[in-house]
Amino acid sequence: MNPISFITQMIRIAVPYLFAASGGVVAERAGIVSLTLEGFMLTGAFAAVVGTNYTGNPWIGVLAGMIGGLIFGAIHAIASIRYRADQVVVGVAINLLAIGVTRFFLKLFFASSSNSPRVAGFGGNIKAAGFDNPLLWLGLLSAPVVAFVIYKTPFGLRVRAAGEHPDAAESVGVSVNRVRYVAVAISGVLAALGGVYLALDQHQFTDQMTAGRGFIAISAVIFGRWDPVRAAFACLLFAAAETFQIQLQGNHAIPSQFVEMIPYVLTIVALAGVVGRAVPPAALGKVEA
Amino acid sequence: MTESSLAAGTQRTFSATPWRERAEEALLPPFVALLVALVCGDLLILSYGQSPANVYRLLLEGTWGNAYGFGQVLYKATTLAFTGLAVSFGLRAGLFNIGGESQLAAGGFAAALIGLALPIGTPLILALPICIVLAGAAGGVVGAVPGYLKTRFGAHEVIVTIMLNFIVLALLNWFIAGHLHVPETLHTPEIHAGFLPRLADLDADFHGSAANLALIVAIVAAGAVWFYLFRARGGYELRAVGLQPDAAEYGGISVGRVWMRAMTWSGVIAGIGGINYVLGYKHYYEDGFASGAGFLGIAVALVGRNHPFGVLIAAFFFATLSQGGLAIHAFVPKQMMDVLQGVVILAVAMAVPEVRSILRSARRRSDA
Repeated sequence: MNPISFITQMIRIAVPYLFAASGGVVAERAGIVSLTLEGFMLTGAFAAVVGTNYTGNPWIGVLAGMIGGLIFGAIHAIASIRYRADQVVVGVAINLLAIGVTRFFLKLFFASSSNSPRVAGFGGNIKAAGFDNPLLWLGLLSAPVVAFVIYKTPFGLRVRAAGEHPDAAESVGVSVNRVRYVAVAISGVLAALGGVYLALDQHQFTDQMTAGRGFIAISAVIFGRWDPVRAAFACLLFAAAETFQIQLQGNHAIPSQFVEMIPYVLTIVALAGVVGRAVPPAALGKVEA
Repeated sequence: MTESSLAAGTQRTFSATPWRERAEEALLPPFVALLVALVCGDLLILSYGQSPANVYRLLLEGTWGNAYGFGQVLYKATTLAFTGLAVSFGLRAGLFNIGGESQLAAGGFAAALIGLALPIGTPLILALPICIVLAGAAGGVVGAVPGYLKTRFGAHEVIVTIMLNFIVLALLNWFIAGHLHVPETLHTPEIHAGFLPRLADLDADFHGSAANLALIVAIVAAGAVWFYLFRARGGYELRAVGLQPDAAEYGGISVGRVWMRAMTWSGVIAGIGGINYVLGYKHYYEDGFASGAGFLGIAVALVGRNHPFGVLIAAFFFATLSQGGLAIHAFVPKQMMDVLQGVVILAVAMAVPEVRSILRSARRRSDA
């Protein structure tokens, strides 16, 4: 196994996780449950392909993907905050809605129930191994940027206060709801960018192409104990396991299904507190009347 | 919220709320959601340049309007009834079981294994109970894990059940792909015993539809859940824990034990649902047969307002949507129904707290 090709492939696999997990950290730290990442990613992937297909410009695709994530993020936020709907149910609904909407419009725009036509993307130089794609660098930057925002800016302080002590934040004049709206919007855009990267990297949209990546990102958030940098390392760890499995293909020492399980098993282990408990933000999932 | 107002609020929902007020709060949200879904459906149909009235007429004709379509609706409703009952059972104890997907698959897998292990010609009266018990046990084991982790370590059941879905489905996939499949497919060989009679065996009009005896099992299960929840001591404890775990603990109920029991039985119910596909329809376990049914069970429980009989009605409604998609496919893509399912769930989730607060403030005004 060539270490360079291992690391480059690992990073390419990790980029969608990094985007989505960074988004998940922001929303969850503000107290809003982020089971919606999968739906945001799928919407972002589809919108990016539509935008790129009709303009031929992948940057328009990126913009379309971000708008798609923003719209679904807005639905998530309005349902959870304005209407105080159960956030777990909203998560399930948004994910089903994203599958439905992308399928319906795939049929409407491209007359297909499986995939879109091929669209333009970024880079493509074989020698660069995917590193000439600006989105890849954005993905790598997303975690440190989110960490800076969360820990070093006034907005980040408000986000953390909204997730831990919303009453205290409210009492010093912070509008907890407004902070949460912004946080969910950010999570929608970031997770959608993960989907955009995925779709433009494969140059097309395929039905349910995110294939559970949003849930791996949630795993990373929990395994990283709601810290953006630790979550990013969890993403890299999960991606490394996948790369390992891909590069070992043909060697049946470990069945691929067992490698697929790694993120999920580790998450349960982290929640059960075998190696230090993963404790969620105190006000996660609670919106006051 | 102060202690006293909290106590008053609890009392209001638990016993003192008059029957009519509770019925209004329970029934209004699904109706609001239905209206919202109809409007969204109109828009989607118009986006395809079709006439909504025409498409809705086709939908009704293709589902309730002929015996085959109706049989397919009943078949799809059967699986959804099981997963919906499973979710609502957990929710009554205040727990969210998102693991219906893997519990259903585990149950179906167990039913197929038993069907393969039993000798050819085993009478149904013997084979069915064995299959039900073992399918339920398989689902129950999958459900017990999050129950245990919640009770013992406080691990949140939502995350654990989601993670377990992936783990269990990967395990089953490994079993099937690596050990037990018919070459070129991802399903087991055909079972030897435990074939459930189909509705078509009773009435030839249903010919071709997959509705089978599992439907009766689902209705019996709903009756059993109703009896347990509302007439048995254990069900009273379960609902008490669901409403106010701290108060229940103070009243001498072991909350951990109730959680454990609720998650396990929730898994059992979902697991038994596996017989509908395996014993009633295909007669083998196929990888991915449960795909989506577990998540839709959440929708069914929500729209059915967590009442066993409401769940049956909601399962019928969602099965109609799903079968209706096929009926209208020539005019509007069936994917429209995937959108509407999401819309219905979202609308109910948003309408429940909203309707409650509007009704209550209206009542307070009329009381004053």
